[in-house]
Amino acid sequence: MSDHILEMRGITKTFPGVTALQDVSLAVRRGEIHAICGENGAGKSTLMKVLSGVYPAGSYDGQIVFDGEPVGFRGIQDSEARGIVIIHQELALVPYLSIAENIFLGNERRGRGGLIDWHRTNAEAAALLRSVGLHENPVTPVIQLGVGKQQLVEIAKALSKKVRLLILDEPTAALNDVDSAHLLDLMRRLRDQGITCIMISHKLGEITAVSDSTTVIRDGRTVETLDMSDGAVTQDRIIRGMVGRDLAAFYPTRSVTPGDEVLRIEDWSVRHPTQDRLVVDRASLHVRAGEVVGIAGLMGAGRTELAMSVFGRAYGRDISGRLFLRGREVRARTVAEAIANGIAYATEDRKHYGLNLIDDVRGNVSAAALDKLARRGWIDGNREIQVAEQGRRDMNIKAPTVMSVVGKLSGGNQQKVVLAKWLFTDPDVLILDEPTRGIDVGAKFEIYTIVNRLVADGKAVVLISSELPELLGMCDRIYTLAAGRVTGEMPVAEATQENLMELMTKDRDLVR
Amino acid sequence: MTSTKPPPASKIATPDTGAAATLHTGTSDPRALILGNLRQSGIYIALVVIVALFAVLTDGVSLSPGNLTNIVLQYSYILVLAIGMVIVIIGGHIDLSVGSVVALTGAVSAVLVIREGMPWWAGVLAALAVGVAVGAWHGLWVAYAGIPAFIVTLAGMLLFRGLTLRVLDNISLSPFPEEYQRVAAGFLNGLLGGQGFDAFTLFIGAFAVVGYAVSVFRTRVARVRHEQPVESFPLFVLRIVVVGAVVMWFAWQLAHARGLPIVLIVLAVLVLIYGLLTRRTVFGRQVYAIGGNLPAAMLSGVRVKRVNFWIFVNMGFLSAVAGVIYSSRSNGAQPAAGNMFELDAIAAAFIGGAAVTGGVGTVVGAMVGGLIMAVMSNGMQLMGVDQSVQSVVKGLVLLVAVAFDIWNKRRAAGAR
Repeated sequence: MSDHILEMRGITKTFPGVTALQDVSLAVRRGEIHAICGENGAGKSTLMKVLSGVYPAGSYDGQIVFDGEPVGFRGIQDSEARGIVIIHQELALVPYLSIAENIFLGNERRGRGGLIDWHRTNAEAAALLRSVGLHENPVTPVIQLGVGKQQLVEIAKALSKKVRLLILDEPTAALNDVDSAHLLDLMRRLRDQGITCIMISHKLGEITAVSDSTTVIRDGRTVETLDMSDGAVTQDRIIRGMVGRDLAAFYPTRSVTPGDEVLRIEDWSVRHPTQDRLVVDRASLHVRAGEVVGIAGLMGAGRTELAMSVFGRAYGRDISGRLFLRGREVRARTVAEAIANGIAYATEDRKHYGLNLIDDVRGNVSAAALDKLARRGWIDGNREIQVAEQGRRDMNIKAPTVMSVVGKLSGGNQQKVVLAKWLFTDPDVLILDEPTRGIDVGAKFEIYTIVNRLVADGKAVVLISSELPELLGMCDRIYTLAAGRVTGEMPVAEATQENLMELMTKDRDLVR
Repeated sequence: MTSTKPPPASKIATPDTGAAATLHTGTSDPRALILGNLRQSGIYIALVVIVALFAVLTDGVSLSPGNLTNIVLQYSYILVLAIGMVIVIIGGHIDLSVGSVVALTGAVSAVLVIREGMPWWAGVLAALAVGVAVGAWHGLWVAYAGIPAFIVTLAGMLLFRGLTLRVLDNISLSPFPEEYQRVAAGFLNGLLGGQGFDAFTLFIGAFAVVGYAVSVFRTRVARVRHEQPVESFPLFVLRIVVVGAVVMWFAWQLAHARGLPIVLIVLAVLVLIYGLLTRRTVFGRQVYAIGGNLPAAMLSGVRVKRVNFWIFVNMGFLSAVAGVIYSSRSNGAQPAAGNMFELDAIAAAFIGGAAVTGGVGTVVGAMVGGLIMAVMSNGMQLMGVDQSVQSVVKGLVLLVAVAFDIWNKRRAAGAR
């Protein structure tokens, strides 16, 4: 038997039109903390879903060997039966049930007659809580706990299942410094008790602090596995692996000289709507007419939250800071006011937040500026069709007619409908949040061309993207965001993937 | 962005070719048209089948002039409620209180007119004012307090039933003066004379048909001008002829009974107004947007709270209209009036193709759905079917209609 508890060999997983994983290999030694890192969309989560059986055996190619035996899980129950437990970034606890009930959910401690034995349930829960260092009464409802403590409950739940391989997806993303440090300590203790951990993380400081080896994934492939034990691997070394992608992708050129400042925010802070933490922390930035400004940041950096809070306070609470449009301070307190002030925000999640999928192209294109088509509340249906047709032609939306239902279009064409919708509001500044996510190369190029046309027309564009080459190829200037703070700003000429990633991973470096 | 090219004038009603022909809305093949628009056409087919079925089962009695008039008088208030209800449902809500509101508004009107001796129109206005106030009450809780409409209107159902009992002191009031009764039981006839039939009714029927033809023709011309697909010309003419024939036959039958019921005119005007309101106004579009994708509507600048508020104010108003019609028809106000009306109105909207999840539905669909229920109840009553069986059949029809809708949606999703 090898000293590897897990070996994944040659894993390839495809979705219609996309290869998410290509020939990925991962070898995890018994009793180590193994970190997996990579950019957003590199394939980390897909790999973990293959491992835990969310994508059942047969839906991917390759081999998984766990504890010396080839395995093929048909579902999470299968993998959990072998002691593989995954804890997702979005915690999966039932808020109104107690800690103990959550720990034994689906795995209840029964007594006589099949009824739940509450004494045993609570006693065992208490013991598990002690082992993860959580000093709470097991009958406390989970909703009364903070995120950090909920995470510990998840781990206790995993321990109750006799976990041998614990997978943590971005475990510290939502935690403050103290809770993070506590969690990392716990991971070390679990390792010393013989539980192997896989940790997916963006925080390179944490990775260098706790992990024994690190596997870097990029574009659905394994780049390398680094041995961290001798302390020679630095954060810079990991960054080099994460970003070493070629810049060969094709970006249309443009030559526009930026003009006057259009949008400026100063000391912008946003609190999470339900949790007590700052999602955006005193951010300041500005955009000029005819300029594309990029915002780079990893998952949880607060990019979308920043954009949506600026867009009529569509996200967050206790928003503070100042917003200037064309040099004049404005208060855009509702989305309608933001639109009226010339701000447009095209969401990263077009299906859930951008489009009415059961409506047609026409209805979606006009949705954000119906008033422009109406007189005394009555819509001019013919002009609406003209406008939609115009949008369809300008954006090259491949739909048979503007009466086609948007839900049936491809992702790229849906994205073009979103763009047509926001251009019809005639904005001065257009915030594009991951405008090319999930669309094919051809459509990407078309979107880039549209962006160039917009800035040539004197509009300002803020481009939020997880793809660094895209930012480097499209932007004039780039801001980096980490943990809600602007950690850097530079003209594109000075930017490289390496120095951007360094700024994007500049977390609070708590555990050195 | 807003500059537009002049539309090519030469393009007139050419048969659709290429990409457009693959569109469901644009095909001229009747089979594909029916299958493609199963969701919309299904209820028309169902209505025709049910009408034919009961015509056979009752030896034609169900289609007699007297009975058709009866159907109109008996179910008009349900149809009025269904107009408001379908808008509520498109917005993603529900209103369980409308039966109680029908009772309350009728009771207020009865107290003023019968007990206090005020003129009939004072009763009508007071009823409408109460309806709007009730709607505003619901709207405040749903839109601004964020309480789900199911709860708010369930509370309203109890609340306004209680107020009805209080207003009426637990007793029925009747009768209304003649003018008030005419609202629901009156007919416009004899205005143009006629030999054993009412020419005025026929005239109004013809007027409606011509209006319909002109309106759909103009829509068609506009769509052609904007190079949108349209159905083939023969099919288009056939549609007008069929609609015209049905309307004229219906008018002919009414003209041979008691003439044109006033409630039918009220109903027709409401259907026309609300049909336009839902399709052609910013408000209507925003209702669909909210029901179709609430976060997307918010992020498009739709003032969601305001729209939700007015949806309920409107429902209250239409409940009051139904309350006036019902009190007029029953010639008085009863503590138990309007019981279960909400369920008939909700059933009409869903049978008429509204989606349980919101964002889908039409006023015309709800009317057809309401008519399906009306024709079924009426037919079963004519046949002397037991009340228990009637209820079972209606329940099953509702279930099958919504199951069909969901099956159809899944089929559409699978066909991507």
